[in-house]
Amino acid sequence: MDFVASLGLILPELILSLTGLVLLLVAAWAGDKASSAISVAGCVALGACFFLVARTVCAGASGPDTVAFFGQFRADAFAGFAKLMIYAASGAALVVAPAFFGRTGQMKAEYPVLILFATVGMSLMVSAGDLLTLYIGLEMNSLSAYVLAAFLRNDSRSSEAGLKYFVLGALASGILLFGMSLTYGFTGTTSFEGIRAAVGDGLNGGTLFGLVFVFAGLAFKISAVPFHMWTPDVYEGAPTPVTAFFASAPKVAAVALATRVAIEAFGSQADAWRQVVIFAALASIVVGALGAIGQSNIKRLLAYSSINNVGFILIGLACATPKGVSALLVYLAIYVAMTVGSFVAVLMMRAEDGTPIEGIADLAGLSRTRPALAWCLAMLMFSLAGIPPLFGFWGKFVVFQAAVQANLVALAAIGIAASVIGAFYYIKIVKIMFFDEPADTIRGKSDWAHWALLAISAIVVSPLGYLLTAWLGKLADGAAAALFLLA
Amino acid sequence: MEGLPILSLMLLVPMVGAAACLFSGDKAARAIALAATLINLALGIALWVNFDIGGPQWQFTERAPIFAGFSWALGIDGIALMLIVLSVFLMPICILASASIDKRVGEYMAAFLFMETLMIGVFAAQDLYLFYIFFEAGLIPMYLIIGIWGGQNRIYAAYKFFLYTLLGSVLMLIAMLWMVNEAGTTDIPTLMAYDFPVKAQTWLWLAFFASFAVKMPMWPVHTWLPDAHVQAPTAGSVILAGVLLKMGGYGFIRFSLPMFPEASSQLMWVIFALSMIAVVVTSLIALVQHDMKKLIAYSSVAHMAIVTVGLFSFNVQGLEGSMIVMLSHGLVSGALFLCVGVIYDRLHTREIDRYGGLAINMPKYALFFMLFTMASIGLPGTSGFVGEFLSLAGIYQVSSWVAFVCTTGIILGAAYMLYLYRRIAFGEQKNADAAAMPDLSWREWLMLGPIAAAVLWMGVYPESFLAPMRADIQALDARLARAAPEGDARLTINKTAPAKAAAEPAAHEGAH
Repeated sequence: MDFVASLGLILPELILSLTGLVLLLVAAWAGDKASSAISVAGCVALGACFFLVARTVCAGASGPDTVAFFGQFRADAFAGFAKLMIYAASGAALVVAPAFFGRTGQMKAEYPVLILFATVGMSLMVSAGDLLTLYIGLEMNSLSAYVLAAFLRNDSRSSEAGLKYFVLGALASGILLFGMSLTYGFTGTTSFEGIRAAVGDGLNGGTLFGLVFVFAGLAFKISAVPFHMWTPDVYEGAPTPVTAFFASAPKVAAVALATRVAIEAFGSQADAWRQVVIFAALASIVVGALGAIGQSNIKRLLAYSSINNVGFILIGLACATPKGVSALLVYLAIYVAMTVGSFVAVLMMRAEDGTPIEGIADLAGLSRTRPALAWCLAMLMFSLAGIPPLFGFWGKFVVFQAAVQANLVALAAIGIAASVIGAFYYIKIVKIMFFDEPADTIRGKSDWAHWALLAISAIVVSPLGYLLTAWLGKLADGAAAALFLLA
Repeated sequence: MEGLPILSLMLLVPMVGAAACLFSGDKAARAIALAATLINLALGIALWVNFDIGGPQWQFTERAPIFAGFSWALGIDGIALMLIVLSVFLMPICILASASIDKRVGEYMAAFLFMETLMIGVFAAQDLYLFYIFFEAGLIPMYLIIGIWGGQNRIYAAYKFFLYTLLGSVLMLIAMLWMVNEAGTTDIPTLMAYDFPVKAQTWLWLAFFASFAVKMPMWPVHTWLPDAHVQAPTAGSVILAGVLLKMGGYGFIRFSLPMFPEASSQLMWVIFALSMIAVVVTSLIALVQHDMKKLIAYSSVAHMAIVTVGLFSFNVQGLEGSMIVMLSHGLVSGALFLCVGVIYDRLHTREIDRYGGLAINMPKYALFFMLFTMASIGLPGTSGFVGEFLSLAGIYQVSSWVAFVCTTGIILGAAYMLYLYRRIAFGEQKNADAAAMPDLSWREWLMLGPIAAAVLWMGVYPESFLAPMRADIQALDARLARAAPEGDARLTINKTAPAKAAAEPAAHEGAH
């Protein structure tokens, strides 16, 4: 594998990095006036990368041709599938930002640049073939994310969110790094391939410790219980476009990363980590569902909802089969559509003067004052609850199908029974919007970009989404096969 | 009709109507809804007329593998045909009954039409997962119907309905996933002939039972029903009682019995015990109700218990009887809810004591109400008699005790229905406002007349309804034969009264 071929494989990352650097210079000279132009440029770069990656995903790229830099980096279909979701979610985060920040004149030119750098980090994460690539990608994403969380400088909640995220994120990175060092110490290598070879005939105590610590660090990043405590606070405090970003793109990246570590590096020892994953999955489902019930802020509610969803995603990982990974990817894709849609709807909750509204009580009677918004949000809520015929059901369906096929029937039964608890708070939102008397505080107008994003996600979660299942399933199967081919 | 995808069309028409209603004004929405349901009624009649009795078991089949892992497969046998006809028959009546709805008419009609699509989908689905999607999706419109247009306690009722039924059906989903994994197909007719290992059957049966028992509803998971009924608007109650409850019975006859015959026979005592309790307990509860709708709701639970014992009697009489009880109950309880709706629209109370002596000022209404009361009791000549008689005759062959206890339900049924009728229609006109209510309008005639005709038709000449189902029920009986309970129940009968057990079923068989 020569250098040129390697550079070709990281072309999307190169494009994003260079665009980010150039736009950073533009931002430095042109100032905040240029922020919208920079956002557009960022979107274009993301779109270009999207189409570049889409090719490899459709072709189901796998095997040695996709390994760049001597195993450090993998541009296979699995990474590609995750990248498509990441780029789409990042693009959405760029689209919704100007209206939110612009109202108070806080739209800084750094915002799109930071999103781009975070995206580069996430791209590296999902393509990592080595613990060090993994760590670099993770930190690159995290550092941008800390700044983004605190982006509203004169809002104390935003600063608090940034600080909390930073302190706890640093702790998690420390745990992860400790786990990685143990793994390195006991296996003598940082490459996933090497680790797999080293643990092929059983784990020794030290590697097991390393594995547990690595998983703990990753659990923090995907906000799986018991490492979820930061999520509601950060989601609530961060500016809403940033929250939408946190709930979608980095989550995809972290889940894909965790999957790659689990399958590629420790795939032969699935029994060792499966119990950890099963515990985290069930705990996330239950805690996410119970925690959400008492919330009065919609962003906090969606934070718990994302914890809940991670639980279902982890059930797919617990299968440790190609079918399970494919189900996980399908779930992630639907989850991204639902999350972006929900947060766009939250962004559209504005008072007459444009002030954002986040209280769940303010949604009261929305179906009579803003029927279109209310119906879209209701569809998203039923979809998140996993009620057919909405598309959210399909995500849960494939995950549980994979679990049953992997003989984890008990896990599937407990998980799906616990999902009923979660259904309660989703239908509570519908109840507030449809059954209660109108509060009529949400009156602000929204621009076409918001409506377009909301409409796209509403169409995806509508029963029409089922027409995508065959195609989505094929892509996800190809991506999962690519991952298992390497493993 | 060859080649025309009539079932897909029946799903499409209300879907399009629902979308149109959502974006149109009040008046237009009513017209669109009525038109869509009438078109579907016409299609349903076409379906019945073109159904080839004695032809292939599955007719009007369509198959399009457009999804991952499952396909758009539709098709009906006689059982599904009759339930579809029941649904499309009740729908225009429900739309007519919704004249008193005055808020958010467009959304209301859209929810009802969407509901119709899903009901037809449940009965027509030939793919296991497609069935589940239709089965479960009904939660959304019903949740909205109860919650938006219901009475005072609507929100509690809506939550209860939603969460109860959801918990029931998610376990069924896991069972379905396992079954498909084991049998390697999602095709319902194939699965109906697949022999699952007996040990697994028990678990699968219990998972399906969790879902169908809630939908049915069986005692003790019936408590959502009275709440949902009382709070739902009239048309909502009609659909709930008329068609949605039948999904549980349909589930048993389509899935539990043919797919898990051994487990059905092992666990038959669960059904019998719960049904016997239901018949007696809910009938007694119905006796003491002050709210008309609650009374009819409890009577529904009792009637559904007769359905379940009939289904699990493992013989042709029981199965045929259960199907007829389901159809009859769909008509009769629907009609009774409409009767309640008629006077509720006038006085806005469901309190029984607020009425009295309506036979004086509303004689035509009293006549209809009398007919449906009698049909609910099971008077010969009405549809109720045919079904209940056959069911009880069927169950008597299995266990005379179950038959005995369930028959007391008929007597108690007569008690609470006649008591209800006496308090509402007879006696003196103690409330001036109730005495001043006008008799039926032409719209109400249009609603009650067709149901009354159907009830009498089914009572006098049930053959029309039994004929399409006969072959399917015989096929089911043949499938069940290997697991039919020869054992305990029959043995005890033989020991205690050998002469009677031999003579009685024969006598019953001669009787109809």
